[in-house]
Amino acid sequence: MALGEPGFGVYVHWPFCMAKCPYCDFNSHVRHIAPDQERIARAFVTEIETTAARTGKRTVNSIFFGGGTPSLMEPATVETILNAISKNWSVCENAEITMEANPTSVEAERFSAYRSAGVNRISLGVQALNDEDLRFLGRMHSVEQALKAVDLARNTFPRLSFDLIYARPNQTPEAWGKELERAIGFAADHLSLYQLTIEPDTPFFKLFHAGKFPMPDEDTSVALYKTTHAICDAHGMPAYEISNHAREGAECRHNLIYWRYGEYAGIGPGAHGRLVSGNVRFATEMEKMPETWLDHVEKYGHGWILDDPLTLEQQGDEYLLMGLRLKEGIDLERFESLSQRTLDPGRLTDLVGHGMIEVVDGKRVRATREGFFVLDAVVADLAS
Amino acid sequence: MTKKTLENIRNFSIVAHIDHGKSTLADRLIQMTGGLADREMQQQVLDSMEIERERGITIKAQTVRLNYKAEDGKDYILNLIDTPGHVDFAYEVSRSLSACEGSLLVVDASQGVEAQTLANVYQAMDNDHEIVPVLNKIDLPAAEPERIKEQIEEVIGLDASDALEISAKSGLGMESVLEAIVKRLPAPEGDPGAPLKALLVDSWYDTYLGVMVLVRVIDGVMKKGQKVLMVGTDASYVIDRMGVITPKLIDVDQLGPGEIGYFTASIKQVADTRVGDTITEDKNRCTEVLAGFKPAQPVVFCGLFPIDAADFDDLRSAMGKLRLNDASFSYEMESSAALGFGFRCGFLGLLHLEIIQERLYREFNLDLIATAPSVVYNIQLTNDEIIQLHNPADMPDVMKIVEIHEPWIKASIMTPDEYLGSILKLCQDRRGVQTDLSYVGTRAMVQYDLPLNEVVFDFYDRLKSISKGYASFDYTIGDHRVGDLVKLSILVNDEPVDALSILVHRNAAEARGRSMCEKLKDLIPRHMFKIPIQAAIGGKVIARETISAMRKDVTAKCYGGDASRKRKLLDKQKKGKKKMRQFGKVDIPQEAFIKALKMDS
Repeated sequence: MALGEPGFGVYVHWPFCMAKCPYCDFNSHVRHIAPDQERIARAFVTEIETTAARTGKRTVNSIFFGGGTPSLMEPATVETILNAISKNWSVCENAEITMEANPTSVEAERFSAYRSAGVNRISLGVQALNDEDLRFLGRMHSVEQALKAVDLARNTFPRLSFDLIYARPNQTPEAWGKELERAIGFAADHLSLYQLTIEPDTPFFKLFHAGKFPMPDEDTSVALYKTTHAICDAHGMPAYEISNHAREGAECRHNLIYWRYGEYAGIGPGAHGRLVSGNVRFATEMEKMPETWLDHVEKYGHGWILDDPLTLEQQGDEYLLMGLRLKEGIDLERFESLSQRTLDPGRLTDLVGHGMIEVVDGKRVRATREGFFVLDAVVADLAS
Repeated sequence: MTKKTLENIRNFSIVAHIDHGKSTLADRLIQMTGGLADREMQQQVLDSMEIERERGITIKAQTVRLNYKAEDGKDYILNLIDTPGHVDFAYEVSRSLSACEGSLLVVDASQGVEAQTLANVYQAMDNDHEIVPVLNKIDLPAAEPERIKEQIEEVIGLDASDALEISAKSGLGMESVLEAIVKRLPAPEGDPGAPLKALLVDSWYDTYLGVMVLVRVIDGVMKKGQKVLMVGTDASYVIDRMGVITPKLIDVDQLGPGEIGYFTASIKQVADTRVGDTITEDKNRCTEVLAGFKPAQPVVFCGLFPIDAADFDDLRSAMGKLRLNDASFSYEMESSAALGFGFRCGFLGLLHLEIIQERLYREFNLDLIATAPSVVYNIQLTNDEIIQLHNPADMPDVMKIVEIHEPWIKASIMTPDEYLGSILKLCQDRRGVQTDLSYVGTRAMVQYDLPLNEVVFDFYDRLKSISKGYASFDYTIGDHRVGDLVKLSILVNDEPVDALSILVHRNAAEARGRSMCEKLKDLIPRHMFKIPIQAAIGGKVIARETISAMRKDVTAKCYGGDASRKRKLLDKQKKGKKKMRQFGKVDIPQEAFIKALKMDS
């Protein structure tokens, strides 16, 4: 590994869902005829071979199955993909292999088979511990089913995380606090806690702008965020990233590769990658539409629709964007080597003065708790 | 001297208010006389700048030569000099008019005479023009030709009994216009045997041909290869190309008395030519020179600063290029504590300012901050010195000031009477002194003396908006008068922003300060810290607002490894920031400098 390069990950995107959640703007698709998994698995293998031919033999530190709903994959499909990754690269012994899963009873039945295929960490989309809110969020499971799935997952996989979405319409900080306390009681060692956001081109966008439901105002949103931090801190699960909390040592290594601006290959429809060849970092992106992607892979061996070298400025910006989301912040020397520039000392001084960032030993810059609240503005300030 | 009447030539211009159809009429004349094939016609041929076409205004005077076979069977050369309609460009009007013997007065048959029509028609009369009234848009249902004819007679004092009734748009009555030009306008006179005497009507810079000079030959003959002298600048040049504009450029070898055409002569810049100058032959000079024109004086000043300090050199070179073509625009380097290096620029008026700014943006791709427009104050100091103040930021210490003299204008406003009440109120609010009020039918004409500093900013916009666009306005620069003026400073985050300083009447200062603070509160985005905004006179704070700190601005979820999406959002933010200027720790958007000054009520 080059100086400061934080490892190599492989992201695999499974683009199908049983139903599309109304808040989701990810690359997910609902198909009434079940996709041909064997054929898609072969395409994944082809794309892995093509990508590996380009990167050369690398040591893979983590693999992440995201979606969509990867827990709709047949265990055999997962196994085929993992085998292809091992064959084309070398997977390090203690590699983290994560799968996102929905906590429905159907999917829970496949947990042990996934475990056998090699998955060692599961991330469950629990989203809420309140049936009414689950329905509002368009989720297909109940609280009871989710808790059963959590239980089973905890006994199946060495590592467990789950997601919750908060700052829901009319949610008070008190109610959220109680819900979060309860969630922590289920003994996951990692929690992703996202505030609900209204994204363009989603059903929620239309409904919200038609006045069908309210969103918390800024003060409430701040109070909810503070509650989240206070409770997680008190339970030994501090935020190591804007929206991610873990016990020490239980951080998601795969996401750390993104946030530390490491190298990762994106496989499957709509997957993004950052690949380094020589001194140049390339941004890659695959065709989003599953059928088109499949067609391209079968014809050309890959689904790349974007494969562009990043400029020094873009590399610097991306490192700031990703790195400052982490509590540990960014390494100044690495920033300089990626961007070939230094951060404006005047801006740094101002931001330190406003209590938004800290400079640690003259080597690292990190956002303070206060800075986390307005991180987008902080990053824009540093990047301008 | 033997003056000859040049029977086959007519030189004329068109006097009209904006929107009354002058450009359409000109287009129609060009089309009917075959100056351009139909496929070459684009609307408003003479307004060649994009801005002119978009806004429907004429900025630079243009000329075109039309060949017309009249009903009497003879061939005529008709030279049309198009004139700008707006008050800012009145000096262009006067020089165009002096190159012609007659004018068409175009009046919208439903709108009637407007303030600008008046000013321009009086200029035409001053130039001894024969004037043919033309009622345009006669085919519109609202047309009232008889009433408008009466109005022309009453207001202008011109016989309108044989006014032409036309529609330039539909072509109705257009033949009568051409015939009237031939029959009713006088032919020019001149002596072809006399030494060359020509009027320098205009000059402009053409990217391909260099400096082009538009001339009207009075006596003698101007020839290709001739060595000519420009009397005023005492410079001589050899004519290397000459021709007429149809509006295509057609080369000719010579121009005789009464003719209008252009020449080029390896002249380096437009500033080397003086509009109104007399041109003669170097070795055979004319004995009398023409009266010439007063150069246009800038009356409105503002600072223009590049948003990105790195663009300063580009801005300098762009200004140089604009100045090549527009000698009425002046600029000098200025430095502002808040805005860095830029230029203090002088303009003929507000429209001129807007147009220059727009051209810098469009033609040179420069993003600029314009500071509040200001006028020239004469300040009498305690040491008996009198200084001219172009920039409020440079105002001397009040202890050293005896008196401040500010320029006043004489304004005429014409309006349908239903809006008169609000217009009078507007003028009173702007410290106006009414000097006359009269009615023609249901239209009122009111004269006001107004301090220019009250007009220079958004007066025209307000006038248009309270009269639903019906009132028209024109002014001439008057005298300087003593004013009880104070400098209002704005402090953002406790630091004075010199670019927002204005001179304002003492009685209006507090209200003005409050309104500016309120406006800035909305114009400046929230920051990570709270920002006090204060208005002060001297050391005394008279108004204050606070922008609260931004509380939350963070993307909750970062989708997988999709750094590109976040980077695109960041790029947008960075672009937005580029459109702002940092004052101390505060980013102020460029438009805030002008918007903060607008008065709504």
